[in-house]
Amino acid sequence: MLYREAGDFKTTYREDNQTFPIKSERILFWAAMAFAFLVVPFFIDSYWEKSVLVPLLVWALVALGLNILTGYCGQVSLGTGGFMAVGAFACYKLMTAFPDLNIFFVVLLSGCVTALVGMIFGLPSLRIKGFYLAVATLAAQFFLIWVFNKFAWFYNYSASGQITAPERAVFGIAVTGPNAAPWATYLFCLTILFIFAWFARNLTRGRVGRSWMAIRDMDIAAEIIGVEPLKTKLSAFAVSSFYIGVAGALFFSVYLGAAEVTEAFGIDKSFLALFMVIIGGLGSILGSFLGAAFLVLLPVLLKNLFVGSLGWPTDVAAHIQIMLIGGLIVFFLIVEPHGLAQLWRLAKEKLRLWPFPY
Amino acid sequence: MSPDFLNFIETFLNGLMAGVMYSLVALGFVLIFKASGIFNFAQGVMALFAALTLVGFQTGQVPFAHLIRAIFGVEILHWGAGMPTILALILTMGVMVALAFLIERLVLKHLVNQAPIILFMATIGLAWFLEGLGDLMWGADIKPMDVGLPSGGSFWWEDLTATWAAQGSDYYGMYIDTLDVSAAIIAVALVVALSLFSQYTATGRALRAVADDHQAALSVGISLRRIWVIVWSLAGFVALVAGILWGAKSGVQFSLSLIALKALPVLILGGFTSIPGAIVGGLIIGVGEKLAEAYIGPLVGGAIENWFAYMLALAFLLFRPQGLYGEKIIERI
Repeated sequence: MLYREAGDFKTTYREDNQTFPIKSERILFWAAMAFAFLVVPFFIDSYWEKSVLVPLLVWALVALGLNILTGYCGQVSLGTGGFMAVGAFACYKLMTAFPDLNIFFVVLLSGCVTALVGMIFGLPSLRIKGFYLAVATLAAQFFLIWVFNKFAWFYNYSASGQITAPERAVFGIAVTGPNAAPWATYLFCLTILFIFAWFARNLTRGRVGRSWMAIRDMDIAAEIIGVEPLKTKLSAFAVSSFYIGVAGALFFSVYLGAAEVTEAFGIDKSFLALFMVIIGGLGSILGSFLGAAFLVLLPVLLKNLFVGSLGWPTDVAAHIQIMLIGGLIVFFLIVEPHGLAQLWRLAKEKLRLWPFPY
Repeated sequence: MSPDFLNFIETFLNGLMAGVMYSLVALGFVLIFKASGIFNFAQGVMALFAALTLVGFQTGQVPFAHLIRAIFGVEILHWGAGMPTILALILTMGVMVALAFLIERLVLKHLVNQAPIILFMATIGLAWFLEGLGDLMWGADIKPMDVGLPSGGSFWWEDLTATWAAQGSDYYGMYIDTLDVSAAIIAVALVVALSLFSQYTATGRALRAVADDHQAALSVGISLRRIWVIVWSLAGFVALVAGILWGAKSGVQFSLSLIALKALPVLILGGFTSIPGAIVGGLIIGVGEKLAEAYIGPLVGGAIENWFAYMLALAFLLFRPQGLYGEKIIERI
């Protein structure tokens, strides 16, 4: 009913290859986008911005970046937190060194810096595979955090070791700093995320994305048919780190405002990002969004339930929360190892045939 | 002997002791990885959980006291009496076996034949679950662990080594913690016991068969599920020992679960599938880390312990991607 479609009547390559082949899905997508861009900014308040929407957007960007590396290119990385820190500190240094540079370009440049760092730490992937690589990327995580803690130049010799985002504006409207309006920060993140998701979708279905997937599915076979492992793996590391760096810059400058590196970009962030990708669905753009939504919204929901409604002490609530999240992750992996995106795919198949399944 | 050289020996010995502790955690990983191909991230949290349970039993805490207070408003934090260490040990072991059984029943059984990354993620989920459960059961405060192991510096060793230094030099002998020594002895005993077990008992042989080839083991009538319960119980036992030793060293607290992160470089250095690898890797990492902290650390501003082990293992992997004793990686199309 909802997904009305009978048979395969596509006559052009373009039609066959579109992102949303079904008309109702296209309408749904643009309606959601219109809602997010045109309706939400009028109703957003500080609570929704700080604890739900902005973290959701930032984490979706992180998950997108990690999904490019892990989901599309098959290289498991546990260094996400470290790369986010690179983006954040690059952003901070650029913001303070070039006060006149527009924050949009600052964020993009921080992404470029992170891409370079990511490529350096991606080099071992040419030699090391699987879990060995996952553990090797932990080296990046710990090393980067240590560097940002140790060398005071990175945090401009501030006494507390913290970095604080100064106020910067886009089109004269502040998006960072304490005076930024909720709708401004929200729209800023949303715009960046929209562009990047668009770009990722088109990248992954083109030549580059296909070579990533070839390497993921079987690297030796891919090498034999002419996919260069060096170029492919390093490009995956570069693009993924670029996304994660941009997300790290946003995480620090727009969302947190002030950050302390060990606390804000610790190893738990790396695991969280990996969880988002796996729960959402490896190798799926939609999955990155669903995974991020699940893991950002769930703690907020649980906290509201336990502390807000039941009135339990926060420490007990925190313990139960971590227990439940762990349990739910295991549960989801058992029920659907291919992630939420796969559930959506199955639902779509069902909906297509819905009133007459045979 | 010059004091510098003696200092070097002291650092080296302390590194060896620390390495044994790392090996102990790595051992639990290797046991599970060999038998089921699962990279069990929850090993560190299992050590924390075991230690928490042991201390809880020993001191007679009431499990879930805070939760009970939150729900029913009843204040019972303590039974009033603890139990003897031996009984607490046995009961804790019982809890770990029950845990292994439950993990097999509720998690592993449903995840057979999934991609390794999914299983890895499931163990991280498990780690979070256990972390929350441990804190919820016994409270999140730091608890001292006392099972009667000696601790403190060894004066005998200090006096002995003081005489080694050249006459007239300011050298006061080496410091070695007796706790570390007993930990090393226990670890060695554990490894010997494990290798005897896997070499000479029927169950041990079945374990090795499963590690070699799952399908072949199944075809000669070894029950995989039973083996998994046994392996996870063994890993629980190793976690208990590691939890006791690390707990006695630094108190039973959340950071105990982070020792898993210390064991990872040991694993990739030694290879995921080799018990000797875990031991040798642990020793190399322990010694390397302590020496680097003492001799390279001052050059770059110190506190390099966190990442040095990883860099060491990473550099090593570039030359030998399967680790020191890992099975040779053969790739086919």
